[in-house]
Amino acid sequence: MTDANPYGEFETAWCPGCGNFAIRKAMVAALMELGLPPHNVVFSTGIGQAAKAPHYIRVNLINGLHGRSLPAATGVKLANPELAVFAESGDGCSYGEGGNHFLAAIRRNIDLTYVVHNNQIYGLTKGQASPTTPKGQKTKTQPHGAPSEAFNPVAVAVTMGAGFVARGFAGEVEHLAGLIAAAARHPGFSLVDVLQPCVSFNKVNTYAWYKERCYRLGDDHDPTNRQAALDRALEWGERIPLGVLWRSDRPAFGPMPTGPLAVREPDLKTLSGILAGYA
Amino acid sequence: MARSSVNVVIGGEAGQGLVTIGEFLSRALTRAGYAICVTQDYMSRIRGGHNTFAVRIDPVAVAAPDEAIDLLVALSADTLDIHRGDLSPRALVLADAAVGLGGLPGLAVPYKTLCPKPLYENVAALGVAGALLCLDAAILSGLVAEKFVAKGEAVVAANLEVLAAAMDWAKGQEATFACLAPPTLGPGRLMLHGNEAIALGALAAGVNFSSFYPMTPGTSVIQTLIDQADAMGVTVEQAEDEIAAVVMAVGASYAGARPLVSTSGGGFALMTEGVSLAAMLETPVTVVVAQRPGPATGLPTRTEQADLDLVLYAGHGEFPRAIFAPGDVSQCFHLAHLAVDTAERFQSPVFVLTDQFLADSFRDVPPFDLAALPAVARPLTTVDDPAGYVRYAVTDSGVSPRLLPGFTEATVVLDSDEHTQDGHITEDLAVRVAMQDKRMRKLTGLTAAALPPDLVGEAEGATLLACWGSTLGAALEAAESLRQAGEPACVLHFSQVYPLVGQCFLPILAKARRTVMVEGNYSGQLASLIRRETGYVFDARVARYDGLPFTAAFILSKLREATA
Repeated sequence: MTDANPYGEFETAWCPGCGNFAIRKAMVAALMELGLPPHNVVFSTGIGQAAKAPHYIRVNLINGLHGRSLPAATGVKLANPELAVFAESGDGCSYGEGGNHFLAAIRRNIDLTYVVHNNQIYGLTKGQASPTTPKGQKTKTQPHGAPSEAFNPVAVAVTMGAGFVARGFAGEVEHLAGLIAAAARHPGFSLVDVLQPCVSFNKVNTYAWYKERCYRLGDDHDPTNRQAALDRALEWGERIPLGVLWRSDRPAFGPMPTGPLAVREPDLKTLSGILAGYA
Repeated sequence: MARSSVNVVIGGEAGQGLVTIGEFLSRALTRAGYAICVTQDYMSRIRGGHNTFAVRIDPVAVAAPDEAIDLLVALSADTLDIHRGDLSPRALVLADAAVGLGGLPGLAVPYKTLCPKPLYENVAALGVAGALLCLDAAILSGLVAEKFVAKGEAVVAANLEVLAAAMDWAKGQEATFACLAPPTLGPGRLMLHGNEAIALGALAAGVNFSSFYPMTPGTSVIQTLIDQADAMGVTVEQAEDEIAAVVMAVGASYAGARPLVSTSGGGFALMTEGVSLAAMLETPVTVVVAQRPGPATGLPTRTEQADLDLVLYAGHGEFPRAIFAPGDVSQCFHLAHLAVDTAERFQSPVFVLTDQFLADSFRDVPPFDLAALPAVARPLTTVDDPAGYVRYAVTDSGVSPRLLPGFTEATVVLDSDEHTQDGHITEDLAVRVAMQDKRMRKLTGLTAAALPPDLVGEAEGATLLACWGSTLGAALEAAESLRQAGEPACVLHFSQVYPLVGQCFLPILAKARRTVMVEGNYSGQLASLIRRETGYVFDARVARYDGLPFTAAFILSKLREATA
């Protein structure tokens, strides 16, 4: 644990009361617990208010396109495995536009930590349904209620045997920080889905709504039991579990390059031999 | 009588091994010292259909494919019917005796008696064709031995036996076909196709990362990288889609890899948001676009040059870029190297436009001089004042010092939103203008570095055939043909199609008697671009968009139509 916060303080563009503040606080606490110097950490983000989060933390940052935080993060990790790589974005970015990348990242199992701010609404574009908005919930653009079933990211991740699957809540910063740190320590793809109230556009899933329902998984939950993990991942409504739902010892993506690609000199002698093979 | 140039076409169904025969023959010819130009025509199916592998051979030089067939190696009865009308007056057909010649002049080859098993028919066909062309038996047997050595001595011996029997049989026939004239080019040259050359040029430039999604005819660039990945230390990942492929390359580039991405038009359409991202992040990425006819899925295995506009305008917003268009296999190697360096130097997306014809066209090339290649620009891994480092420092050239994350105490911040010099989001509109001006200033450098078009021949009073990319060979041959017929002619080839520098070529165009743009698309995309950039309007255009590559015969017939 580092004493002073090396990750800085910044002015943000978030609404007062936004769950993003708590997630940022948890993220910084996790980074400090991990003892990672800022210059060895890379955040890759998509688009949305959540994706701005690393602008308010002193780290290396590639803030890219909507839905594409994972491909960029994958490229970073493949190019320099010595960097600690995090991807961070909202539910629309991560599970809507970036859905295919989410599935591919689980399959690939590269050592990345994916932190998703899941507020069940599109906030930046002012309140449309997101992939995690419950079916039937009315929004400005879905006046008759969201017509599609909500996407369940943790159940999908458990079903696919992701490396590490956890759910946190922006109302429980310390607990969330522990989940992020544990996810980062896991040598493979880790998902931390964070329940986060959107005080401006989601009038259903409020702090009070979550506080009434969320409970922490106890020692009786075995995160290496897939069926138990799936049961907890599917639990939603009156009771919502927080904590490490699932952890696997599935081998991480391989083979990774040894060391950063940047320091490799093109081996022209070997290439010369390869060219001779075309004679 | 020995002939100077011979066009051999091997035709048959997919899966019959015609590419194997064709590659063997081409390599034997290259080793013997002949010039070759290969055209592969195949259908979008894995088995069956009708495919051809055409090798045009010349003792001195060959620039383009030919249409008339001198030696037709027919592996199926369909081949005889399909190419009946393409035979030259002195053509000879080699067909399986069991199928018959269908009344065409040629030899019915008794494959059943020459081969112990149908498996060996490829080698028998190679032996018969090789003997008729008077190829050195030692070169052919050496190749066969190399090819089968991994399968053990018995397989090598059996194949050599079939090869010798087939050559003996062919020599005993009273064929009217004559040998090739002796070769003049000597040993030591390489045989490779355009996509192999692009990959090898990229490796020479230090490319060590590729993320890709397979798409014909772009995939063989990456396949070549994959084949050499272990030896050359290249990390390759098959992405879930083209969007991921290009964004992964941008991420890798940010972290210090040197990436190459390859696709075709349909895949590139998906990549355009990533191209815009690379431009905004000012992160180098080299993209190969191997063109095929569109729109949409088009003709997946045929050729066209209709994606210049797509590449030129790819990505939202305005940003500088460079687009190279190699005309032959040697240029594929050198321009891939230059493209990677240009991307690194200007921290911009850079493109190599090729097409199915060139991608699949094996040629003989002189060996590449690796030691003579210029050094490729590299990013910084150290900086004097890490605390003061900013990624997007405003500079006169528009190019900012590019530091890699993780190598110093500095953090490196990139943003796809408009950003301040230190990479953070801004909505300060004065900063927006300063940043856009900075990015666009790179166009000045890119323009200064742009390759001028190559003039081949004398422009004064001539018919000038302008072209870009793989049309080069056919245009050169058409110009030569015009000159032989007494009409002055020259070729102006654009191996870089953007940026264009009018001063480099407008005076040349002004000297010509008439100027004709020859390009493989319907609308005349380079002609339009030149008009946009310089106001110059070509006197005439020759367009081809039937999926086949240009030939001199095609260009000449269109010129005759235009003047008739």
